[in-house]
Amino acid sequence: MITNKPNSEAVSRFATQLQEAPAEVEGRSLWQDARRRFMHNKAAMISLITLSVIILLCLFGSQLGDFTYDDIDWNAMQIAPDTASGHFFGTDSLGRDLFVRTLVGGQISLMVGVLGALVAIVIGTLYGAMAGFIGGRTDSFMMRTLEILNSFPFMFFVILLVTFFGRNIMLIFIAIGAVSWLDMARIVRGQTLSLKSKEFIEAAHVCGVSTWAIITRHIVPNVLGIVVVYATLLVPSMILFESFLSYLGLGVQEPMTSWGALLNEGSKTMEVAPWQLLFPAGFLVTTLFCFNFVGDGLRDALDPKDR
Amino acid sequence: MLKFVFKRLIEAIPTLLVLILVSFVLMHAAPGSPFTGERSLPPEILANIEAKYGLDQPLYVQFFHYLGGLLQGDLGPSFKYKDFSVNELVGQSFPVSAEIGLWAFLTAVVLGVLFGVVAALKQNTWVDYGVMSLAMTGVVIPSFVLAPLLVLIFAVHLRWLPAGGWNGGEWMYMLLPVLAMAAHYISSIARIMRGSMIEIMHSNFIRTARAKGLPAGYIIWRHALKPALLPVISYLGPAFVGIITGSVVIETIFGLPGIGQLFVNGSLNRDYSMVLGITVLIGALTIMFNAIVDIMYAYIDPKIRY
Amino acid sequence: MHKKTSLALAILLAAGVAAPVMAAKVPAGTELAAKQEIVFNNGAEPATLDPQKMEGTPESRIARNLFEGLVIQDDKGNILPGVATSWDVNDNNTVFTFHLRDDAKWSNGDPVTAGDFVFAWQRAVDPKTASPYSWYIEMTTMANASDIINGKKSPDQLGVKALDDHTLQVVLDKPIPYFIRMLGHTTMVPANKKVIDQWGEKWTSPDHFVGNGAYTLTDWVVNERIVLKRNPNYWDDKDTVVNQITVLPIESENSELSRYKAGEIDITNGSTPIAIEHFRQLKKDIPEQIHTTGQVGTYYYSFNNKKAPFDDARIRKALSFAIDRNVITDKITGQGEIPAYAFVPDITAGFTPVVPAWAKLTQKERVEEAKKLMKEAGYGPDHPLSFELLYNTSDNHKKIAIAVAAMWKQSLGVNVSLVNQEWKTYLATERAGDFQVARAGWVGDYNEASTMLDLLTTANGNNYARYSNPEYDMLMADSKSVVDETKRNEMYNQAAKLLDRDMPVAPIYQYSTTRLVKPYIGGYPAANPEDIFYFKDMYVVKH
Repeated sequence: MITNKPNSEAVSRFATQLQEAPAEVEGRSLWQDARRRFMHNKAAMISLITLSVIILLCLFGSQLGDFTYDDIDWNAMQIAPDTASGHFFGTDSLGRDLFVRTLVGGQISLMVGVLGALVAIVIGTLYGAMAGFIGGRTDSFMMRTLEILNSFPFMFFVILLVTFFGRNIMLIFIAIGAVSWLDMARIVRGQTLSLKSKEFIEAAHVCGVSTWAIITRHIVPNVLGIVVVYATLLVPSMILFESFLSYLGLGVQEPMTSWGALLNEGSKTMEVAPWQLLFPAGFLVTTLFCFNFVGDGLRDALDPKDR
Repeated sequence: MLKFVFKRLIEAIPTLLVLILVSFVLMHAAPGSPFTGERSLPPEILANIEAKYGLDQPLYVQFFHYLGGLLQGDLGPSFKYKDFSVNELVGQSFPVSAEIGLWAFLTAVVLGVLFGVVAALKQNTWVDYGVMSLAMTGVVIPSFVLAPLLVLIFAVHLRWLPAGGWNGGEWMYMLLPVLAMAAHYISSIARIMRGSMIEIMHSNFIRTARAKGLPAGYIIWRHALKPALLPVISYLGPAFVGIITGSVVIETIFGLPGIGQLFVNGSLNRDYSMVLGITVLIGALTIMFNAIVDIMYAYIDPKIRY
Repeated sequence: MHKKTSLALAILLAAGVAAPVMAAKVPAGTELAAKQEIVFNNGAEPATLDPQKMEGTPESRIARNLFEGLVIQDDKGNILPGVATSWDVNDNNTVFTFHLRDDAKWSNGDPVTAGDFVFAWQRAVDPKTASPYSWYIEMTTMANASDIINGKKSPDQLGVKALDDHTLQVVLDKPIPYFIRMLGHTTMVPANKKVIDQWGEKWTSPDHFVGNGAYTLTDWVVNERIVLKRNPNYWDDKDTVVNQITVLPIESENSELSRYKAGEIDITNGSTPIAIEHFRQLKKDIPEQIHTTGQVGTYYYSFNNKKAPFDDARIRKALSFAIDRNVITDKITGQGEIPAYAFVPDITAGFTPVVPAWAKLTQKERVEEAKKLMKEAGYGPDHPLSFELLYNTSDNHKKIAIAVAAMWKQSLGVNVSLVNQEWKTYLATERAGDFQVARAGWVGDYNEASTMLDLLTTANGNNYARYSNPEYDMLMADSKSVVDETKRNEMYNQAAKLLDRDMPVAPIYQYSTTRLVKPYIGGYPAANPEDIFYFKDMYVVKH
């Protein structure tokens, strides 16, 4: 099993540590351990590096082009990629440089994806774990609340956000945060229900560990695997969800853009101007695959049963 | 068991009431009314229309009026499609969405679980990477790209299948929408299944079973599959409702007369009764399937108590 | 005593000489297809098929084939007799007497009588019907229409009477010169009292439906399709060729295009513009299938005339001048739209627009002029103007807004932030006057200049630009009773001149309708400026 190598390494390192600092033995925390294991996962590390490159490109890469994201090149509308004109990725229907727009669009999409997933992880996990662990009336109440949130007409919520608060980038995150954690909470609750009856939880209970401590110290680490997997699934939906918000007037406003918006535009002209779809899609797909592998790496590294 | 179902039924009533109340208030707070159109109507004509649909009444009267209708199973008239009642429209569209959804759901569950199990058993091999990459494409390629792509290939260029329409539910018309819809869920199910399967395979009882020398296939089928399905089921509960109540993207692209289009267009048109009607439907389905999911938990893991 | 007005006379003459009836005119030697069926994408699900409750284009495009009013139109927009064969007018143009054809029948075989028109029009103004288009009858100034809508009088007091089964008399309060043109609208078609009394609101379901048009309703699946079948009781059924029409409600222009290419649609809806990338390709591949006709309608930006700094005509003019309309119509929309420098489209019947002086300048000269105006108004590089441009969510509006904002930025240094809102929110914002500059468009209700110009009068409920000029209001009010066409034309031009001086809105382009029509469809109208077409005039060639 894969646990062998890390184990032997841990033993040898522990040995050296003992020699070097015999006075104080420092136990390895969960996090140190996880980091070390993560570093050994090749797919995850390559993905992490690719992801960093993409993030850096999105933040600073727009300076590489000759154009800004809102420059209209009146004489080069919808042209295919070519190096002579300086439009490496071609232009969109208004003659704006797609290279720069793809990179700039990445900023907003990455932020939305990551933040949405984070909200889901934090709120969803805690909510689900609490409902599942406490059980009884509290569980019923929390789950019925979730059912209401799950089925009410979300579009009106967004429309109201726009009308009452105008346009504000923060609203995107509120809207995305509002929906992203619902399914996560259900999944975590389901897992918690089956963990609750496990011996180690019962043991903790008997020892008088507080409910909150059981949830955060015992339940949460044990559901983290499924949480991470589901979070990587959330990132793409959040990125695409953002483009739906802009339909209602809440997302990013032109001439600013996002991958979701670019993909949406590109999908309409895929037959006649494929570059308008392929370049943003390429970036999105690469990023998502990277998130996926990093997610898997994290899952493996964080799994408490795998030590 | 019976007690559990009864308890859920009792709980469903206040849940639905709160849902209707919240939706009702939100809808009426949104700018624009069902009758604001491109042309602003003279006030006296607007008054005539509002009187006809009871919108001239105070909000609480409208609310109780709606509840009264709901109790008799009447979802009211559509404010947008004036020749139909919401009952008629939902009655016409829900079967379409449900049929496509069911097929998509079946496809997704079968393929998703299969992919997930295979990938988990061959963890970190090329089989794992291959299967998971294939599954991932369904998540990373959004349906608004995948669906027109399918249409372009199979309808416009190859001309094997129709590009859209429902035609009373002929299989030829369903194939592409089902595929486009299932793609997303296949990936999600496969990812979740793989994750939980890996965890289960590392757990003590599986190790014990292995140590006993039981055959691998038997272990997976008899011991691993059931508990590994747990997170998939908690994902599928709410997802199932989403699937059978239609996807507006798929329905718009393939021109299907489903409920997803009705719901989104209803929101955009401020068709209050239509949106409320579908919200109630979705709410009831959500409550129902969550209850079913909870029953299934208990079946899969007998140790779970409520 | 009775005398025909010049307009009515002209129409009658045209009708008598040119084409007594319009019907499918299949050229000799054409081999027709065995299957005479057409699939038309209507672009949206109709809100109703009850003609007296309709308000939008998707509804009337279907209704025209299900019902026939007193008059119809030919392929160029000329008035033709429909159920009425002729009509007389009294001296002061307020009493019209229509003579109905005696062979007109409903799809259930009942004769179409003058009483059916009386019933329909009373129904349209009856507050109980709650028709959103009852104002249309009010606009004809039919006697008592306003009072009935306001609930002050009963519907049977409306100024319309059946003198006998085939003679209909209408009394107007004012001599509205374009009354006959207005009769072509779907609100004015007859209604079958028996059927409506029997089925109430459900009379439009395929099981109960009764109409008097060339087709009748046989199937209706909301959001999928509506099927119309030939009506054998139609008076001119012998000249109808196409047996079945399938009407689709596809909104997405991309799905529409795919299905057109896949051969599932014969005629596209034409209201939602095709993305220019596709359009260029289509122009290369199938130029003969693209049909563009001008339309009585203008795409424009309204300035909020009540809000500083847009209460200053110089700013409005400067911004209007700086829009390079040729770039927009050539490179962004590119489907035969005509740059607009005035509010009334050139194509409008009976109107000869005077071209504004600035329209004759080059874009460079216009920008120079604009810069001067901005400077006079106190804005320049050191004190740039900043504002928000509002538009409703749509690809076309978005592209134009981005381009115009860039033009303003480049030529005048103006900072524009773009705001998009979904349709109803946008309407609410526009109505509340909570905008600075907003995208807008107006398509005429009938083919006459007043349908455009009236929009900007102070009292008009759709005057979101909030333009208010007493001189303009008076001109438009006075023009209502001028029967002489040249004189009216002159007044309209005076009004247009005021608009040019004050520039309450910046016209951008004149709408056009661009449709893809399969080459085997014959009889598609060449140039109807209101985009009115009847399937009874079409035929399918063997292919």
